[in-house]
Amino acid sequence: MPLSNIWVVVEPTSSGLSSTSLELLTHARTFGASVSAITWGDAAANAAQSGDYGATTLYSVGDLGGALPGVPVASAISALIASSGAPDAVLIPTSYDGRDIAGRLSARLDRPVLTNVTGLYEEGGLVTEHPVFGGSQIVKAQFTGEGPGIYVIRAKSFVSEAAGGSAASVVAAPVGDMGSTDTARIVTSHVEERTGPKLEEAAVVVSGGRGLGEASAYALITETANLLHGAAGASRAIVDAGWVPYSHQVGQTGKTVKPTVYIACGISGATQHMVGMKGSKNIVAINKDADAPIFQIADFGIVGDVHKVLPALIEALKARA
Amino acid sequence: MNVVVCVKQIPDPAAPQSLDPTTKNLNRSGKLILDEADTYGVEMGLQLVDKAGSGEVTVVSMGSSADLSGLRNALAMGAAKAIIVSDESLRGTDALGTAKVLAAAIRRVNPDLVLAATESSDGYTGTTPVQIAELLGLPSITFAKSVTVENGTVKVDRQTEEGYDEVTASLPAVVTVTAGVVEPRYASFKGIMAAKSKPVEELTASDLGLAGEVGPGGARQEITAVVDAEKRSAGEIHVDEGEGAQQIVAFLDSIKVL
Repeated sequence: MPLSNIWVVVEPTSSGLSSTSLELLTHARTFGASVSAITWGDAAANAAQSGDYGATTLYSVGDLGGALPGVPVASAISALIASSGAPDAVLIPTSYDGRDIAGRLSARLDRPVLTNVTGLYEEGGLVTEHPVFGGSQIVKAQFTGEGPGIYVIRAKSFVSEAAGGSAASVVAAPVGDMGSTDTARIVTSHVEERTGPKLEEAAVVVSGGRGLGEASAYALITETANLLHGAAGASRAIVDAGWVPYSHQVGQTGKTVKPTVYIACGISGATQHMVGMKGSKNIVAINKDADAPIFQIADFGIVGDVHKVLPALIEALKARA
Repeated sequence: MNVVVCVKQIPDPAAPQSLDPTTKNLNRSGKLILDEADTYGVEMGLQLVDKAGSGEVTVVSMGSSADLSGLRNALAMGAAKAIIVSDESLRGTDALGTAKVLAAAIRRVNPDLVLAATESSDGYTGTTPVQIAELLGLPSITFAKSVTVENGTVKVDRQTEEGYDEVTASLPAVVTVTAGVVEPRYASFKGIMAAKSKPVEELTASDLGLAGEVGPGGARQEITAVVDAEKRSAGEIHVDEGEGAQQIVAFLDSIKVL
């Protein structure tokens, strides 16, 4: 049965819709179905960008008044389904708010949800792909029951490309009854300043892990990253240890990166980490342990001490500059 | 203040993992341990109860009761009691089914606060806590990197793409905590001994009125195939003998990054 309607939850950020949102809109177009976007915030700006990426309709929940999006957006989607019927699929970006929306919607509609999706294609219905065991195997899955299927899709699973469409027509999507669920309110927002290119967009990413030994050694990572005009990343272990802010984390629970080159320093290559960087074009690894799993996926590996190799690399890069 | 912490006993992540070729469920036949991601919630719960001056922490779990060492670990840390919903019919339950089971078990405790990890370290679906919140009709705040409770309100610093938000919600509420939110204590010898006599209530799906509603029959998704991912071609590995940095520079040259 061909797909006729796909809804994509698109997330507004301070600089337009999130990149994952645009990737999902682009991919949704490939099914030849009618694509609608669902979002909140500034309807006019969102409609223009959603239309540019192929959505014909924008369901706008409007201003959330400081509420976390999970509850009101899921409520609005359920109300839409009740009033105008269910789409074949609801695509949601993997993000803090995206996961909240998916969980709320799943329980409201009593429909399961497939998360950590990195591939989605049609073959007798929609088939999903999910990397498992650090990306060494791919699980394929399908919904078996009544729709709509709820799919939570990881960043950079698809390439985004504008279609040049005109602005999507805006349809108000009012929230329904939220009972006592909607009391979470954002009081203030804090932005952690970063310099240099964004982790997700940098052509070069230099990441550090527990092999650095101590927090102060992370300076080697930032210096190497700066010299290569790249971004500094981190494994979950050193983020959990409080050495660097969470915004640097690459991996399952952090960011997904696909740079031209990823340089993993003192990172053993836990499953959790590999999922976030395995798609890099080139992988360079520096690790003391020749048996570290990271070497199994590295294009170029140095078995050695990061405390010796990195300072020498910094000197060599400075000499080239 | 009474706190429920949702926990999961998982196969030791350090041990090799595999999928059962027939059921395509994660192989959970080996020894089970308390998911490290859950130790942060347990610790946070204990600290909040301490600060409130009264109440207790109950850990709630679903899964095999053949090995309870993971739950005993949480009790040894200081939780007062444990509830485990264990039932052959629950094998293969999806995230929403798990949420229905846990929500029903949590209802029996009627807590002021429900804590959970942002996701488990074996299945990492990451939606169960919010599904529980919706089923219980409670607000939720996910990805907490700090949690305080004051006058019936929970205040959370919640991670965002760009930093963090200060978020509040009324109690009762569901909060998911990130690893590193607190430093989990090690169980003391006294704690380990005390844990042996702490109550562990074992329930089935029918005890919770959910017989036939959850489990693989209730799961409306199936794994259709498991395939090997495209392998990255084997790379070049050198042992550093003082030339490592230069070799990396040469490699970066060859891929035109420099």
